[in-house]
Amino acid sequence: MTDSLTPPRRKDPLKMTRAGHVPPTLRSRAAKAMAVRAGQGRFVLQACDSCAAAVYPPRDRCPTCWGPLSWRDQPQGAEIEAETMIRTTTDLFFRKHLPWRIGAARLDAGPMAIVHLHGDVRQGDRVCMELKLDRGGNPALFAMPEVETPNMQDDPQLRVFTADPKYRRILVTDGRGPVGQAVAQALIKAGAQTVFLGNADPLMRFPGQEQVAALEDAELVPLNLTDTRSTRELATQLGGRVDIVVNTVGLTRVGGVVFGGKLTDLQAGFDTEVTGLMRLAQAFGPAMSGRSDDGVNAASAIVDVTSVYGLTGKAGFAGAAASAAARLSLIAGLRGEMQRSGIRVMSVLTGPVDDDRHQHVPPPKTPPVQIAKAVVEALIKGQETTCAGDMAKDVMDRWQSDPLLAIREENQ
Amino acid sequence: MARQRSYDGAVVCAPVTVPYVRFSPESAHWWTGAALQELARLTGLGPQDFDGFCFASFSAVPDSVVGIVQHLGLSPRWMDHIPTGGASGVMALRRAARAVQARDAEIVACVAADTNQIDSFRKTLADFSRFSQDATYPYGFGGPNATFALITDHFMRQYSVGRECFAKICVAQRDNALSNPYALMKTPLTHEQYMNARPISDPVHLFDCVMPCAGAEAFIVTTSKLAEALGLSAARLRATIERHNAFAADPVQTRGGWARDIDDLWRAAECKPTDMDMVQVYDDYPVIVAMQMADMGFCKKSDLAEFIAANEFTIAGSLPLNTNGGQLSAGQAGAAGGFQNVTEGLRQVLHCPLGEQVPDARHALVSGFGLVNYDRGVCTSAAVLEQEVLR
Amino acid sequence: MNQSLLSDLAEALSSGQVRCVDLTNTLSPDFPVMVLPPELGQCAPFRMETVSRYDENGPAWYWNNISLNEHTGTHFDAPAHWVTGKDLPSNTVDAISAQEFMAPAAVIDISTEAATDHNFVVTREFLENWERDNGTVPPRHWIALRTDWHKRVGTPEYLNLKEDGAHSPGPDAGAVEFMVHERDCVGLAVETVGTDAGQAIHFNPPLPAHSILHGNGRFGLQCLTNLDKLPTFGAIIVACPLKIEGGSGSPLRVIAMIQGEAT
Repeated sequence: MTDSLTPPRRKDPLKMTRAGHVPPTLRSRAAKAMAVRAGQGRFVLQACDSCAAAVYPPRDRCPTCWGPLSWRDQPQGAEIEAETMIRTTTDLFFRKHLPWRIGAARLDAGPMAIVHLHGDVRQGDRVCMELKLDRGGNPALFAMPEVETPNMQDDPQLRVFTADPKYRRILVTDGRGPVGQAVAQALIKAGAQTVFLGNADPLMRFPGQEQVAALEDAELVPLNLTDTRSTRELATQLGGRVDIVVNTVGLTRVGGVVFGGKLTDLQAGFDTEVTGLMRLAQAFGPAMSGRSDDGVNAASAIVDVTSVYGLTGKAGFAGAAASAAARLSLIAGLRGEMQRSGIRVMSVLTGPVDDDRHQHVPPPKTPPVQIAKAVVEALIKGQETTCAGDMAKDVMDRWQSDPLLAIREENQ
Repeated sequence: MARQRSYDGAVVCAPVTVPYVRFSPESAHWWTGAALQELARLTGLGPQDFDGFCFASFSAVPDSVVGIVQHLGLSPRWMDHIPTGGASGVMALRRAARAVQARDAEIVACVAADTNQIDSFRKTLADFSRFSQDATYPYGFGGPNATFALITDHFMRQYSVGRECFAKICVAQRDNALSNPYALMKTPLTHEQYMNARPISDPVHLFDCVMPCAGAEAFIVTTSKLAEALGLSAARLRATIERHNAFAADPVQTRGGWARDIDDLWRAAECKPTDMDMVQVYDDYPVIVAMQMADMGFCKKSDLAEFIAANEFTIAGSLPLNTNGGQLSAGQAGAAGGFQNVTEGLRQVLHCPLGEQVPDARHALVSGFGLVNYDRGVCTSAAVLEQEVLR
Repeated sequence: MNQSLLSDLAEALSSGQVRCVDLTNTLSPDFPVMVLPPELGQCAPFRMETVSRYDENGPAWYWNNISLNEHTGTHFDAPAHWVTGKDLPSNTVDAISAQEFMAPAAVIDISTEAATDHNFVVTREFLENWERDNGTVPPRHWIALRTDWHKRVGTPEYLNLKEDGAHSPGPDAGAVEFMVHERDCVGLAVETVGTDAGQAIHFNPPLPAHSILHGNGRFGLQCLTNLDKLPTFGAIIVACPLKIEGGSGSPLRVIAMIQGEAT
């Protein structure tokens, strides 16, 4: 069984912070394609279009019949044939995490793979393979116990592949809205040490204020993402001790492009959601990068809660979808930049949120608690893209299978 | 399979070892030049006289054999670049021999050279292969130690081979190294020291690992006639084998390509394991030494522990093994590590060893193992060398 | 025009006989703006992004891009701001004669009343009583309501927004009619975020200050500070809005010239 994680102590000011290195990052294009699927929480291997054989490591042609290969979901079972505990390495990241256990796994899907081992996994064990992303955003096969073990999630090797909220200090950017409030509650329940809840207008009351004030491990902090000074000022205070940032700020306005769309809404939406995201990233990214390998409460993730319609556009919400699209684009860029220092950048995609802004949208809608659940799940799994609820999943599925069709459907 | 044609008419001579150093600021080109200079000293020949050139190196990048040829002023009419690392010596040998037999070339200089600059081991690893980049290094970056730890872990369990078996091999090789002035390891190794060494990647411990270093190895393949004219002692090739990516379906490597081709080797060589005066096998880790002895027909895998216990592997022993100390005690100079087994076997049959001579040695088995492209060595090779003439 | 008048002013300014009081709140992102129901268009707050600050974007100079609504911070309302003034001539800030930007002020102190009643309503009767005590407001004056509301800036009590709306003092229709038609005021100058009372949406007619002032070509000055530093009569207000083409109003620096210490 895994030892329960001990709460991090306060930092010894005489100790230099461990630099945030990432494991080796050089990968083939095929491995990057595997990463994309890993980021969605899928367990995939390539299989041959002609002979159906599953292959690993990632290849460009089938080694059995030379047919073309496609990524397919695979059974997750495996057996550990051999194991070793690595005690020396020249890699700057792993040097700081020795000893490190790996094994040779015979995958039920067919191929052999070198895999990371959970602490409760031994040679000869049946395991459940997961396809994770490492700190550098690359795919990693991780062998988990087949049956859940005590404190399984606290395994130190596993924690490197997640952004588990347990014992972490988390900034949720919009504490004034129902989504941020639900996220805060879910994070506290998932073991977060502190949740800082942004308040864009400390002089103005808001619904749910009393409940937020009553949350034991939550604290309201002034943060207005449309205000560079406000964002920077909070970062100067919290930058060194925020381990996860969850951006729940949204400004959904109804309207089309030519009919009913307001330019001021578009401007305000872009300033709040897009420029705001960049302000947030610029304010908190550097300090987080410097603490990405800082022990139990190392800085680990930036999560952006965005509308799934950023993928497609949306009739009646043209401006809101446009800012979601811009957010997704910034998130992609941010992900690439933060991968170098080991900070995960994640998207939680929502359908129409069940709030006042979507009064006229018929159900199903995405309730804030579902978004909160998705945020916690994304962090625990270390997953890049997570759909909150059925609406988002539906749009995502259709977009993945035929992007142009999904775009057309959503805009008619 | 049809029996391999003989290598009649081609001979191997002039083994060269450029003394190894742990770290070198020089380039692979420099080390290659040093080996060629030594060949020139032995033969009296210059750059324009070698009409064949066969090259192996990991650290010559961005140059291939083409860049080396121009860099060092060669003008061959036949050349080759062998990328198989630990299997490259035998592969250079058999390619050059066929070229000479066919008169595509008359005298081929075979050279393997690698430098070892500070940090170049890590860099070489990082760029080694696509499968390694995708599927090995990100898993703890234990390098070959971790990969062979998995192989060793599995092998020990599968064939009931204990660490004491590996200890015997490593201690014997160290003993052999003590007479080799070029060996990097110059102090005796005891069984206790081996057993008590610190773990590197369980079950691989410190003395299971080679020490990366810089160095070069070379030899010449030419015609019997030219060897005579140059006054060189010569050995002939009785037979060779080569295999790549054998037994790909084995979950963890327990055998190399030798297991598939060994009968061909002994049949073509018209001899058997017990005819060998010594064996020079690839020894990046002792588990691979054990694996080769079994795959090469010296014993069954299930009998390995017994076989090892029953034999002595020192120069004076019942089965002299890696008589220069092997890479485990002499150092691993990159691709030159895939040549040193050839040069040492050649020296022993030509009676010009660096250290102690195996008494009356006439036959050497040399085998190579190379390129951990992913989770196992992909390339295997072996050759039987026989003394032709001492000059 | 008497040449010596301006020379005298210049001398008085330099000697301190005439002092300038800054009636302007600092423009900052924190300064609140008018709050409207979320489904309506919103007033943009003040925002500032640094373009360069002696750095790689401009090694020797410092400057910012700013953005804001015409009605953000201390600001001027032109007649075109309200539907009642939409068809008046010269009703936008660029068209208003510069002559209008300097005018004397009559300061009506309702700070005591406002302190006890956040919804204190200034009525015609109140104004008439006030004139009896203080003198008649002459024509072409800014009528300034001193509420001491500026002391609430930086607290929730400035907007004073409750669940039933904002609560702040202001005039009713009768008072505004009186100011405009019987006193021919230049406009109404206030410390609160609007010239109307916080609850004026519920007045009859609603929002009388905006409606009547602008419908009659008069101006508004809002979010002022330091009205407590002005005499009841005798101050001259300088309030020059930016010359925004077709602008409905403008943030601006407002100062008042007052009699200083005699030297």
